[in-house]
Amino acid sequence: MGGASLNCINFVIPMNPCKCGYFPDKNRCRCSEPELKKYWSRLSGPLLDRIDMYVETGRIELDKLQSMGQGESSRRIRQRVIEARTVQEERFRNKQYSFNGDMDTAELERFCELGGKEKRLMELAYRQLDLSARTYHRVLKVARTIADLDHSERIGEEHLSEALAYRFTERTCGGK
Amino acid sequence: MDKYLYWLANVDGIGAAGRERLIEAFGTGAAVYGAGEKHLEMVLEKGKASKLLETRGTWDLDREYERLREKHISCVCTADKEYPERLRHIPDHPFCIYYKGQMPQTEKLAVAVVGARECSDYGRFIATELGKELGEAGIQVISGMARGIDGVSQLAALNAGGESYAILGNGVDICYPKDNRPIYDRMLVQGGILSIYAPGTAPKPQLFPPRNRIVSGLADVLVVVEARQKSGTLITVDMALEQGREVYAVPGRITDRLSDGCNKLVKDGALVFLSPKDFMEGLRQSFPDKLACCIPNRDKANEGHAMPPITPEEAVVLETLDLYPQPIERIREQLQFKLTERGFRTFSNNLLTILMHLCLKGVAKQNSPGWFSLHI
Repeated sequence: MGGASLNCINFVIPMNPCKCGYFPDKNRCRCSEPELKKYWSRLSGPLLDRIDMYVETGRIELDKLQSMGQGESSRRIRQRVIEARTVQEERFRNKQYSFNGDMDTAELERFCELGGKEKRLMELAYRQLDLSARTYHRVLKVARTIADLDHSERIGEEHLSEALAYRFTERTCGGK
Repeated sequence: MDKYLYWLANVDGIGAAGRERLIEAFGTGAAVYGAGEKHLEMVLEKGKASKLLETRGTWDLDREYERLREKHISCVCTADKEYPERLRHIPDHPFCIYYKGQMPQTEKLAVAVVGARECSDYGRFIATELGKELGEAGIQVISGMARGIDGVSQLAALNAGGESYAILGNGVDICYPKDNRPIYDRMLVQGGILSIYAPGTAPKPQLFPPRNRIVSGLADVLVVVEARQKSGTLITVDMALEQGREVYAVPGRITDRLSDGCNKLVKDGALVFLSPKDFMEGLRQSFPDKLACCIPNRDKANEGHAMPPITPEEAVVLETLDLYPQPIERIREQLQFKLTERGFRTFSNNLLTILMHLCLKGVAKQNSPGWFSLHI
């Protein structure tokens, strides 16, 4: 990667939940606690810190697999993504960039202003999850995008909650 | 235990029974040390007697004994008054026990809590509740300080202000597993670390099963929290039954492999652990005198900083959570019933927001993205 900054690239890391692949199904997974820890420690803290969203894909039951086509279509999702990007391009029309992820602190204050309830939620999260300043800002940026997808001018508690939910699970922050 | 007995405890190849025969015959450790070959051969087999004599040249009585003192390690052998009464009466009891901190007290009730190292959240929850209950009641908690059930129950007892004792599969001067260092350190003050192995003995797989009989031997009652069908925990159960201890099993779901061992014990006639309260009632009936000697610890567990209170909306969601992780869709389904029951038409907040608040307030946790459970 050389001198490339992680800020200007998007990266996606696929990974198994554990060595045997069955965790958290304790009936089949026989990995010990140290083995699980070791498996996760292959991603270093600083790298984990830069991953904004963790998503888990479970096994799909056969009947769901056979009755495909009931969920939202990819075409529809693409349409929603384009809409959210248009909102962002409009927001940053005088800037060198056009995504929420690239905002600096000054713009963060302007475009991610929080109401009273939202501020209290983030205060609680900051304290309880022991957030770094960088993480705090990144959660705000993800929440901004979720709000954009929701066609919402302001960031609500539900958007912040979703952004926090993508980031903090038992495994990515030790039980918190 | 004096320097002569310490020497005798460290002579290889004569066994606990041989050592006891020697003490019986000669009276004291010093007398065994001073005995001639002919006299020794009247008690031991020929080869063993000469081996014993050889060690007099290689074992530096004073220096070895001093080394023990320097490490603040105490030891007792069967010849001492201080040797635990409970152990004296078990088959194949060890000649000598090393310890740091204190020894469990004979007149006070002692309960051994054992179970799987890789336990489930259910096992962790039960071990915590049980350890806390025992700690608050001032009942001594005996276990092996292993990862999982052992350590969890011991920590809960310590946190409740109680006493706990660990029997290690290595020397008492080594903390294994390393992750349990905080528990080890606290037991030096609130209990003790015990071992049948000499200081400096490194942990080895074959050393662990023999210590299991000491875990059950030092206790009046054994509780098995979670165990697979074939596991070391079940060795402890066999030992406990042989020693005439009461054995309780915590039942689990028949689909959980981690509960197979316990459910089998229930089928075979073990006492059933229904709740900490019910268990305590059983103790009161079986051991009224020993329980009377335990001094309850009060109000030590309820410390901690103020957390924002849980709102009525959050309380309804909290009720639908379980120890087993559930996806948010299932939580939503269950809520539909509860909401109409309680007269809420709909929530003012969305469900994920409420769940996130519960997580941040420390009563729920997100196990993996979109899956939530109770946090203990």
